Amino acid sequence: MTTAINPGHLQFLLTGAFWTLILSLMAFLGGGAGGFLVALGRTSPFRLLRILAAVYVQIVQGTPLLIILFLIYFGLPSLGFSISPLLAAGVSLTIYVSAYLGEIWRGCLESVPKAQWEAAECLALSRTQRLFKVILPQAIRIATPPTVGFSVQIIKNTSLTSVVGFVELTRAGQLINNSIFEPFLIYIIVASIYFCLCFPVSAFSQRLERSGAARLRALKAVSA
Amino acid sequence: MSIVMLKDVKKSFDKLQVLKGVSFSVAPGEVMALIGASGSGKSTALRCIDRLELIDSGEIVVCGHRVNDPQLDLRKLRLDVGIVFQSYNLFPHLTIEENITLAPRSVKKISRAQAREIALASLAKVGLSEKAQNYPEQLSGGQQQRAAIARSLAMEPKVMLFDEVTSALDPKLTGEVLKVIEALAASGITMIMVTHEMNFARRIADKVIFMHQGYVHESGSTDILTSPRTSELREFIGDELH
Repeated sequence: MTTAINPGHLQFLLTGAFWTLILSLMAFLGGGAGGFLVALGRTSPFRLLRILAAVYVQIVQGTPLLIILFLIYFGLPSLGFSISPLLAAGVSLTIYVSAYLGEIWRGCLESVPKAQWEAAECLALSRTQRLFKVILPQAIRIATPPTVGFSVQIIKNTSLTSVVGFVELTRAGQLINNSIFEPFLIYIIVASIYFCLCFPVSAFSQRLERSGAARLRALKAVSA
Repeated sequence: MSIVMLKDVKKSFDKLQVLKGVSFSVAPGEVMALIGASGSGKSTALRCIDRLELIDSGEIVVCGHRVNDPQLDLRKLRLDVGIVFQSYNLFPHLTIEENITLAPRSVKKISRAQAREIALASLAKVGLSEKAQNYPEQLSGGQQQRAAIARSLAMEPKVMLFDEVTSALDPKLTGEVLKVIEALAASGITMIMVTHEMNFARRIADKVIFMHQGYVHESGSTDILTSPRTSELREFIGDELH
């Protein structure tokens, strides 16, 4: 029986990291699509849509991600829907991310001055044209830094899916530790891998923010 | 026959009544100056004409569109009316040319080449041909305002509305914008302009409306600017000249 960490373990961890990335990507794409709908709902001219979207956001933001995971993974099968750990993890993260990204993006949409809507309206553009040709391109610029920043949260939060038995990076670490019991060493390695995944993303986000701020300063200097 | 007609228009924001029964009309080709102190309701009246504000009662008819009719096809109204704002409101993510071609292309479905031609022609009218490929932030305030005028003109509206378009500009830049508007007035397009530039109004307007506390207090030819009949207008002109 071997008790030391070996290359096989490292490979197992890297496979886990791969699944962490897949899960993050699923969460980002699913949550991004959902979040887009949430943001549109929150800023809709229709009251009912605004209320529905707001209630959704409040409920999701007021529920721990862990409980959402339990509900989907343990709750749904008890109602007769069987669900794989990967799907459960993907769906839960999608729900969680859509609420947060939705709120971030709502703020970005609303930070485009109302006068821009008005100017587009006065040029006879339809509401859809105003949204897609005038407001969204400006909102996307505003949204990029906080969205990239939030992606770091997504990567880290995929670790919660280890509790439903999905073997991503954290779960892989737990499994190895169960066999060789070197918790400090193993979790340091796990943490370093998370850092390697997150650091480039957060560095990118900070760079975007800085260049955005520089752009804003330049703009002010021009208009002053 | 008038192209713009307001009849007993009333409008409140919450409890504050801003328009207390405003009536006036503008004939095709006429240039009308709307003057008055801040809070007199002149900008609100202008915004009601393009239905950027809904009125509480009364009637507005613009180019045959009943503006306060809930069944109104807003797009048709906006095709006939162009408006230029105090804060330019160019789209910052588009070049000047794209700012101008956006509406002709997406609303009128005009081809890219044709829209480009229209854009260049209207930029030439405002003296900005060489700025077509620049972004709004690269232009001075006066240039941005002229580009905004060009953007409106490219839709070939029947009526142009100007809402204090020089109030954000210093005197030098104001001059270049006014020159463009003056040339436009000579071209025969119907214009209603809210303005604080009294000398300018006297030079190019056919008709002057002085608003005071939500009413049309005095109206007539530009003569009323030199010899006002009411003490309120006399006082207002006196304030504006200082």
